[in-house]
Amino acid sequence: MTDGEAAESGTELPVLDAGPQVAAGDLLLRAEHVKKYFPIRSGILVQREIAQVHAVDDISFELRAGETLGLVGESGCGKSTLARCVARLHDLTSGSVIFEGTDISAYSRRQLRPVRRELQMVFQDPYASLNPRKRVGQIIADPLRIHRAGSRDQIRHRVAELLELVGLSPEHVNRYPHEFSGGQRQRIGVARALALKPKLVIADEPVSALDVSIRAQVINLLDDLQDELGLTYIVIAHDLGVVRHVSDRIAVMYLGKIVEISPAEELYQRPVHPYTEALLSAVPIPDPDLSASTQHIVLEGDVPSPISPPTGCRFHPRCRYATEICTTDEPPLVQHGSPGHVAACHHPLNAELPSATADMVGSADGFRPATTAT
Amino acid sequence: MSGPLLEIRNLTVSFRTEDGLVRAVDDVSLTLNEGETLGIVGESGSGKSVTMMSVMRLITDPNAQFGGQVLYKGSDLMALSQDQIRSIRGAGIGMIFQDPMTSLNPVYKVGWQIEEQIREHENVSKQAARARVIDLLTAVGIPNARERVDAYPHQFSGGMRQRVMIAMAVSCNPDVLIADEPTTALDVTIQAQILSLIKKLREDFGTAVVLITHDMGVVADMADRIAVMYAGRIVEQGSRRDLFYGPQHPYTWGLLGSIARLDRPRPRRLSAIPGVPPSLIRLPAGCAFADRCGHRFERCSERPELLDRVGNGHLDACHLTIEQKQEVRDRTIHPELVEEKP
Repeated sequence: MTDGEAAESGTELPVLDAGPQVAAGDLLLRAEHVKKYFPIRSGILVQREIAQVHAVDDISFELRAGETLGLVGESGCGKSTLARCVARLHDLTSGSVIFEGTDISAYSRRQLRPVRRELQMVFQDPYASLNPRKRVGQIIADPLRIHRAGSRDQIRHRVAELLELVGLSPEHVNRYPHEFSGGQRQRIGVARALALKPKLVIADEPVSALDVSIRAQVINLLDDLQDELGLTYIVIAHDLGVVRHVSDRIAVMYLGKIVEISPAEELYQRPVHPYTEALLSAVPIPDPDLSASTQHIVLEGDVPSPISPPTGCRFHPRCRYATEICTTDEPPLVQHGSPGHVAACHHPLNAELPSATADMVGSADGFRPATTAT
Repeated sequence: MSGPLLEIRNLTVSFRTEDGLVRAVDDVSLTLNEGETLGIVGESGSGKSVTMMSVMRLITDPNAQFGGQVLYKGSDLMALSQDQIRSIRGAGIGMIFQDPMTSLNPVYKVGWQIEEQIREHENVSKQAARARVIDLLTAVGIPNARERVDAYPHQFSGGMRQRVMIAMAVSCNPDVLIADEPTTALDVTIQAQILSLIKKLREDFGTAVVLITHDMGVVADMADRIAVMYAGRIVEQGSRRDLFYGPQHPYTWGLLGSIARLDRPRPRRLSAIPGVPPSLIRLPAGCAFADRCGHRFERCSERPELLDRVGNGHLDACHLTIEQKQEVRDRTIHPELVEEKP
């Protein structure tokens, strides 16, 4: 690629190095009391609002530059909605999102443009998130063109650079998405997100549509890119193993609320919220002996409807520790254990004994006798 | 009864396409004994679903070509007429599919859909069938089954729909239950519910289960024996213990190493399997995994046979010697042990 070398000095796109630099560890993003309710309308001529889906209900968190925050929870818990609120793909019902010191929650589309350069998303389904009629080169160049990041030549070189960055060959620019495998497509999605040199990348289930052997490739790629480019990530996933592997801190969501935030390792060693405990114990362990000797907590029932969430603690109908107070009073997020580990529970687990293993009383599973060590 | 309940002998399934012949399943032999759970693990396109769909004779594509035999209680399912196979489907062999959203008919009540199957196979009255459906729905953990029997599929959550599917699959007390990725579309806590339900049914009725999955964690919990498939072939097959504690094929090592596991210290990097699976149209003449394998040598250009190289019934299709394997295996399976990297 002599052509590429010749233009090396020209690859610096004028628009891209604007904006104040944020040092690692500085506050990059703060969400304050973010709420997102979706209206449910009914009626033939006059659409009256009959109810609301409480998708995200009063969530606050902070994100520091260079860190990875993992968001876990089951489908319907509002993790994707929260991410979309943060990226301002949704308008907030109330609350604020403060990105690099400015409140962007009421920004208009025009005002959001410069913010979008700094804040990009990688989507779940690499088959649906790439336009099948566009060539890969166009797909990756689109953000650069929209933001008028440079001349045609500069953009062309940037695209080649990006393809190489994500482990694809620059010769692939003229191919269409269908010519790539799922893992490669997800790499294209990552390249597109990185085109404008964002500070924050929100990855919504980046590997859940991929095969196991390909997943590890994409996770390793995201890891490498973070080291190389100093990116900050919000990674949404329902796979707790993936989240643990990539995250510095993890927020567990249930029915529109964050129920626990913790440094990554601590969450797995000392879950405080009973939902976290149940979620962790539900993950199948790829080790027969360990699996047989582990108590699996099987939660009964389904996640309640976010249209009329339960009173008090939202987890109480499925919680095996629930008492009277849980049905009436909503527990606040309180620190348990080390700084930065907060949970919202009236009956916190592992709260006093830092090294104690989870106190697991009888299986909540109605069908299977309690499994014991063999 | 002696001998296996279900025996697949040298099953080959290929599809004629515009681009050439796709060899989806290539010379697969499997046995399932009474009361046993057999796990089939592999990635998408490895042929695990096509294998079991062929057993049920559910592949009706005119471009499909089949070879080999499927013996169920001694009779060859591949030689049966459509009428004969219908009497076995559902009654002798039940099947649960991956996606509970699309495998139920949205315009019929769930109770009716299960009733239909019972009445197809057994000479019972409508009332008796309905009573049995209510019992079944209760048994699979659907609360308030008496009312829910008249609900439509869209009124159920994903986990509940999968319970309905299971109720349907076991409604005629089959000896064999084929579960094709029964929990892939579900959340982990719901997955735990469904897996424990399958375990309970297995214990109560002694049903033999074929569990198709891509999740090594699920087979570690559920299966007695495990077959690993890659590019249409079985590359390794052994007891659950042998497979997890002494895996013999580099692909199995890769699968085990690429999982971000909760039960081990977090590795700095996962040991990803490089590359992508080969096209089933142009399969290499030798080992299909060779291109992605870090331990490839000259012999890999010959196709390795699925043989018992260990000597305890544990089959694998890899040319490496046992000594060579022991040397490299642990590094692949335990990425957390190889941390020091300059």
